[in-house]
Amino acid sequence: MTDPLAWLILLPLLWASAAFLAGPGRGARLAIAALALQLVLAMLAASAALDGSRVHAAGGWAAPLGIELAADGLAATMLLLTQAVVLPLAVYARAWFAMHPEGSQGFWPLAGFLIAAMNALFLSADIFNLYVTLELLGLAAVGLVASSGGAPALAAALRYLFVSLAASGAYLLGVALVYGAYGTVSLRTLAPLVAGGPADAAVLGAGLMAAGLLFKTALFPFHGWLPPAHGGAPAPVSALLSALVIKATFYLLLRLWTGAGAPLAAPPAALVLGLLGAAAIGWGSVMALRQERLKMLVAYSTVAQVGYLFLVFPLMDRADPGTVSAASNAVVLQAVAHGLAKAAMFAAAGAVAISAGHDVVARLGGLAAQRPVTLFAFGLAGVTLMGLPPSAGFLSKWLLMESALAAGWWEVAVVILAGGLLTAAYVFRVLRHAFGHAAHGVAYLPLPRTLEWPALVLALASIVLGMQPALLLELAGGR
Amino acid sequence: MNMHAAMPLLVLASSLVPGLVIFALAEEWRWQRTALNLAGALAKLVLIGVMVAGILRGEHYEVRHAVLPGLELVLRADPLAILFLTLSAALWFLTTLYAVGYLEGAPERSRFFGFFSLCVTATVGVAMAGNLFTFFFFYELLTLSTYPLVVHRGTPKALRAGAIYLAYTLSGGALLLGAIAWLHSLQGAADFTHGGVLAALDPAQHGQLRVIFLLLMTGLGVKAALVPLHGWLPNAMVAPAPVSALLHAVAVVKAGAFGIVRVVYEVFGVEFAQSLQLLTPLAVAACITIAWGSLRALWQDDLKRRLAYSTISQVSYIVLGVALFGPLGTIGALAHLVHQGIMKITLFFCAGNYSETLGVQKVSQMDGVGRRMPLTTAAFTLGALGMMGAPLTAGHVSKHYLMAGADSAGAPWAAWVLTGSSLLNAAYFLPVVYRAWFRPARAWPQERIARRGVRETTLLLLAPPLVSALATVGAALFADAGWSPLSWARLIAQQEYLR
Repeated sequence: MTDPLAWLILLPLLWASAAFLAGPGRGARLAIAALALQLVLAMLAASAALDGSRVHAAGGWAAPLGIELAADGLAATMLLLTQAVVLPLAVYARAWFAMHPEGSQGFWPLAGFLIAAMNALFLSADIFNLYVTLELLGLAAVGLVASSGGAPALAAALRYLFVSLAASGAYLLGVALVYGAYGTVSLRTLAPLVAGGPADAAVLGAGLMAAGLLFKTALFPFHGWLPPAHGGAPAPVSALLSALVIKATFYLLLRLWTGAGAPLAAPPAALVLGLLGAAAIGWGSVMALRQERLKMLVAYSTVAQVGYLFLVFPLMDRADPGTVSAASNAVVLQAVAHGLAKAAMFAAAGAVAISAGHDVVARLGGLAAQRPVTLFAFGLAGVTLMGLPPSAGFLSKWLLMESALAAGWWEVAVVILAGGLLTAAYVFRVLRHAFGHAAHGVAYLPLPRTLEWPALVLALASIVLGMQPALLLELAGGR
Repeated sequence: MNMHAAMPLLVLASSLVPGLVIFALAEEWRWQRTALNLAGALAKLVLIGVMVAGILRGEHYEVRHAVLPGLELVLRADPLAILFLTLSAALWFLTTLYAVGYLEGAPERSRFFGFFSLCVTATVGVAMAGNLFTFFFFYELLTLSTYPLVVHRGTPKALRAGAIYLAYTLSGGALLLGAIAWLHSLQGAADFTHGGVLAALDPAQHGQLRVIFLLLMTGLGVKAALVPLHGWLPNAMVAPAPVSALLHAVAVVKAGAFGIVRVVYEVFGVEFAQSLQLLTPLAVAACITIAWGSLRALWQDDLKRRLAYSTISQVSYIVLGVALFGPLGTIGALAHLVHQGIMKITLFFCAGNYSETLGVQKVSQMDGVGRRMPLTTAAFTLGALGMMGAPLTAGHVSKHYLMAGADSAGAPWAAWVLTGSSLLNAAYFLPVVYRAWFRPARAWPQERIARRGVRETTLLLLAPPLVSALATVGAALFADAGWSPLSWARLIAQQEYLR
């Protein structure tokens, strides 16, 4: 058991259990230490993936009998993103729950299970195993949303639970159909079989699996559950869910769409996904612009940003390899940039809510003067979301435009530019209020550094990545 | 990395690093902050001086960083870059001194000077950008770093101005980005090259190129305040005076005008642009802007607003010179890029002095201000005369070349517009000067700084406008010297036309 891949799943399970037994105080310290170790492990996995794809057979049994773990470049990228986002968020969460002790009991164990499920999802190489990780991920996420305990949180969690279960159910049904058609669930053995001849049942199965994943990724118009769940959860939870959890399901969809399921992915379906992505950008941004509360604004921003991820689907099956490689680089950068920036934004929004005692956007006057670090983090994260230089979001949007224009789809470029302007409108709406004068008698509570700096670190990471994306793209490209 | 690659980076770092450090400085560390600012500004001037000497020896300063394969950030110091670099570095130094005096005791100075330095970093990045991608990179950084300066005072008026500023500049930026990506898809990455790079493209694509040119000019025209894209500029006047000075003379409007210069000369190529019949519409747009800005300036009672409309008009002199096909117009445009900066910054410094010292913000309050503040008013007068194009001022030199350029390009209408604009300039500046010197003084709205001997206001407020006013005259008196803006403009025009 010296393999880093297996430990990336076992370690969070271990500290989750320990945190359950030890309570939130010691549990948090333990989790942070373990997460630092996980980050190192993810780096090891990444450097291994740079040298070539690796397969690890858990328990010594190879497929089709045993469970295979595989970390190719894309999986290693997602592992790295996850551990890199979670570590600063854990530092943040410790400070956050010190101020909200009522939800802290459940947070660390559930977060551990959530991270274990995500890491397992990235590493799994068969579609049934993936179902198990999806279900675990969904349940842990629902538990986290409910952990703050208020009535609105419980209502949001319940809604989230129904959607999550229905979506996993659809996915499982799809898996059963595929298994019935081909008699295997291993992605490695499925790929040649699917390419050999798509069965009708398999087409239906693939459709069901995709539908389940679309619900979980909250692509417009399946996004209704997301804003109340992400906007109502405790800030560290919102950050985890918005930055990472929807990326995990998206990763799975992308992996199946471009991998084993590619022969089943019809161009009209890809076009529909692209159109829904464009609609998500418009709808999510307009809704974000209309929100009164900061956290709801950030949650709707996630709905919009998910749309960018789907714009690439129609570009993925083009004949020209340059177009495809630009599109797949764009999607990786967008996923990573949004992961870092959205974690930063929710963390900043949570810090604002503590400092101001509320998160009503129109009442944030004086924030720039009194909480500059937090506001700066929010602004930098906003720069990434707007797709302005110097940020990774800018590069991803540039690559996406380049790919779309090469394919002759200038409409995509128009969507991207208009989406950037809408994003700027809702980000600067917050900044505009924050730069105003504080209303008479308004005071902002001072915050501990651990509540302000993690957001800034995450936001800066999304900026620095815009200057040095080469290694990440090399890693993600090595499939 | 050798010295030649390091120099452009050092020029960037000389304002970036102080800016980042200043953010972290506590509000009350006034001396440390000022020392950092001035050290950075001086270092930048010295670095540019070294590069100028190197370029005259025939050396090249360039650094490249491949963000992605086929997508490079290129910074280099060619003569055109040096022209803009020197202007921004010199005026940054003056404006820093001025801002230290102006913001004495004001809140949030660390934030102000931090973004101020970032803004200059973006401007020198725009100056040294070696391709459109790099240009856009810094152009948008400029937008982002000026926003906190525009809204610095946090009043509802400032916040509204900031929102308008962003609505204009970010929309312009989006058009620019779209055009750059489109161009990229047609032609791949290309550095700025004398004579342009697009002439070799398939004639079937010329229609697309015309649309791209329109998009580029619209995107850049927002910052260059071409009518009807100028609406943000008069509103942005609510910013503190040093910001207005920097916005109008160096950073924002100049970045737009400079971008137009780069696109016409080094992306399309002036001859190719002429053959696509793109220059005449641009010249017409510039003429409309010149006339409109001057006309609107006539009616403004708020001094800074009057100056803002004057900026709209004057910056389009540059655009007009670019659009007039021929070396004389080019020389006039490039010389005016520098000259307008020096003259306009003088005027804004003076406007700030009136406001800070006496509370005078409106033209109608300026009666007799010349006797109370003779030095400031003298500087103001020189700047105003320069704007009119009076002999022995920098404005005369550039206007002379622009008129000659209009003649030789066979565009007499452009010459009429220039003449008309000079008359209008006189009509809105001379009454101000007359009031200041010859009307009897009334009570000042709010006298904040008392007179002490010859010091009509604080030294830090007084020295910068005097220096820039002297430079206005110096640029005319020594126009033929090898280091004058005019000589650099000639050098660049030579490279463009005598290839």
